[in-house]
Amino acid sequence: MRKFKENLPGYIFLLLALSSISALALITGFIVVRGAPIITDVGLKEFVFGMSWAPSLGEYGIFPMIIGTVSVALGAGLIGVPIGICCSIFLSEFAPPVITTIFRPAIQLLAGIPSVVYGFWGLIFIVPFIRDYLGGPGLSILAASIILAIMILPTVISISEVSLLALPKQYKEGALALGLTHWQTIRFVMLPAAKSGIVAAVILGIGRAIGETMAVIMIVGNAVAMPESILDPVRTLTTNIGIEMGYATGVHQEALFATGIVLFIVIMILNATAQYITRKKSKK
Amino acid sequence: MSENIKIEIKNFSFFYHKKQVIYDLNLKIRKNEITSIFGPANGGVTTLLRSLNRLCELTHDIRTEGDILIDGESIFNPDLSVTDLRRKVGMVFEIPAPLPISIYDNVAYGPKLSKKKSRSQIADVVEQALKQAALWDEVKERLKAPAISLSGGQQQRLCIARVLALQPEVIMLDRACSGLDPISTAKIEESLINLKEEFTIIIAPHNVQQAIRISDWAAFMLMGHLIEAGTNTEVFSSPKDQRTNDYVTGRFG
Amino acid sequence: MRLNARKKEYIAKAMIWGAAMSVMIVLVAIILYILIRGLPVLSFSFLTQNPYNMGRSGGIASTIVGTIYITVVALLIAVPFGIGTAFYLAEYTRDSIITRIIRFSAESLAGIPSIIYGLFGYIFFVIYLGMGWSILAGGLTLAFMILPTIIRTSEEAIRAVPQIYRESSFSLGATKWQTIIKTVFPSAIQGIVNGVILSVGRCIAETAAVIFTAGSVLSMPTSIFDSTRTMAVHFFILASEGVSMQNAFGTAALLIILIFIINVGVNSLVNRFISKNQKR
Repeated sequence: MRKFKENLPGYIFLLLALSSISALALITGFIVVRGAPIITDVGLKEFVFGMSWAPSLGEYGIFPMIIGTVSVALGAGLIGVPIGICCSIFLSEFAPPVITTIFRPAIQLLAGIPSVVYGFWGLIFIVPFIRDYLGGPGLSILAASIILAIMILPTVISISEVSLLALPKQYKEGALALGLTHWQTIRFVMLPAAKSGIVAAVILGIGRAIGETMAVIMIVGNAVAMPESILDPVRTLTTNIGIEMGYATGVHQEALFATGIVLFIVIMILNATAQYITRKKSKK
Repeated sequence: MSENIKIEIKNFSFFYHKKQVIYDLNLKIRKNEITSIFGPANGGVTTLLRSLNRLCELTHDIRTEGDILIDGESIFNPDLSVTDLRRKVGMVFEIPAPLPISIYDNVAYGPKLSKKKSRSQIADVVEQALKQAALWDEVKERLKAPAISLSGGQQQRLCIARVLALQPEVIMLDRACSGLDPISTAKIEESLINLKEEFTIIIAPHNVQQAIRISDWAAFMLMGHLIEAGTNTEVFSSPKDQRTNDYVTGRFG
Repeated sequence: MRLNARKKEYIAKAMIWGAAMSVMIVLVAIILYILIRGLPVLSFSFLTQNPYNMGRSGGIASTIVGTIYITVVALLIAVPFGIGTAFYLAEYTRDSIITRIIRFSAESLAGIPSIIYGLFGYIFFVIYLGMGWSILAGGLTLAFMILPTIIRTSEEAIRAVPQIYRESSFSLGATKWQTIIKTVFPSAIQGIVNGVILSVGRCIAETAAVIFTAGSVLSMPTSIFDSTRTMAVHFFILASEGVSMQNAFGTAALLIILIFIINVGVNSLVNRFISKNQKR
């Protein structure tokens, strides 16, 4: 009895922990149950590779949206990742302390700003700029890529900075002692050593870009069509859900949940990869 | 003679993971005396002390064999409450580790846990403990100040007071003076000599000189084995084992 | 060769400084633009009047109240579960299958996009549990969403408590529970509070997860079973449907100010914590 009483808090904590993680099971379960029927009805291949999304006609193909998501996320990565890694090097190696004390909270602030505000800012600044100077409707892959690049910066910066700061001091001191310049030390010693953390940062950043909805809705144009250039509007998986959930019913709604399943699987694969990479590193 | 035995360690072995760190150890610890258990680092002394109050059980993947008796009763008896054991066998650590609360609350931490004492009784216990640890005069004006504001030596005496407030029967000090200046060390040693009237004291001294200075009984441990045990004179003046002699005279260690 | 290396050094340095500064400029540009356009709109009446005419006129009082309600519901659920989970992970297990599953789930939850939370909240709380579009459904959905943040920050805070505190407490005869309540929790509280404050920020900023679970009704909510519209959702609707740019800017400015306060609050907490530790 005393044993039980002593262990009681442990059981309560375990219970809380188990209910917390049952969240993942619940989310997976409910989305799959709601979305899977339409995939089996339409056929997985037709659903994923179908070119036509016309709920009123009963046509549910999300391939254009997959292409939209991939192009937008790729664009965000191409712009955001180099800048993000540069910023993390800046923070861990170059920034004078005064600037660090401003820069780091600023990055946190960047992470806290509501995504709709980014979307709005993109709508007012980026979209007209692209329309006027580069052509096209302005609402485009490029506009979404730029805004998403800004939005994934905090993720990329903070995780790569942590992995750079976690490197043993001897790496840097040893390299400098061998006569390498500061930049050579960073380029040939520190970045390779922090590689797995930086890769995880990139993956998680891309995951954020793929998952973002509201900001993208406002600037990506949302047209269901295969894009021919980065100035064309597209629709992504998330915006497809975001736009149509408000009024969809019945099979149409199921199709949106099915879109969610595809999105969910992609994100889970990215997450698991990032977790695997960081875990492998920490084991070393 | 036998009624003077407070703790009896019988054929005690200790395993961490699969590695054995204490080998078949037999040792008797006498009441109201200071026993030093000493030896080079990683020799199993700390593990032995942490076994006496079963603090070692916080580490996972450990296993013990043999038995440890206090007043003839096994400390591994499943009916025995481990918290009662830890109140009976108080421990002072190597690093002065006051909790991040006030001086008063640090000493009152133990007495408050049992909820058996009234506020004023606790205040009395705290005062008495601080006096026994020779700290009262230095802190009586600022009992509510954070314990981390004390100097290292004061912090360690606070940790001793904290243990005394438990009204234990045995006090263990694990290299408790290793980080302290000679004056603080002398103060602590002096209070230990006073305290042995009431308590059984076990110390892991941080060097041989300290063991020679204050212990009545001494036990030398090397690589998990008990090499030799006896009175102060037996161990330090005429050790039977060559290894003890070599260590005591500073040939290795 | 040596000159070459030095040249490269300059170029690399310039690139890195350039990247960092352009990020700062963008951040400042976004914040300043919203504040310059939005601050003039912010007034006492804007904050205290209910919106009229779909938000075209009037203030945003009901959306402020709705946001507060939803955030409180989310915290009431997520804080105990999150902290409990963190204590389980940090204090009660070593590396076991269960811990690995819990940690994997927590990290995966952290990466799930908010729109997925929105879908889940809609099908589970709104439809399956029959809550309808309501503050309750929205708050519970957000609770799921912020849970991983709270778990992670709390676990880190608990793990940062020096092991010697636990050993001291145990050696003074405390049980595990007493050690947690009297020693570990007070030492970790600042980190835990930090995580909670960050979560409040996420609740305030969130749109996708609440728009499908709490709905977008503009009237002042009277109970947690009412549908409501949070500030972020209100801003999204005003801005994307072009209802009222002026009120959109006002709402955005308020959001930015709130997020700013939250971040400054967290940072000052962190700094105080660090300086306190250094004094030791």
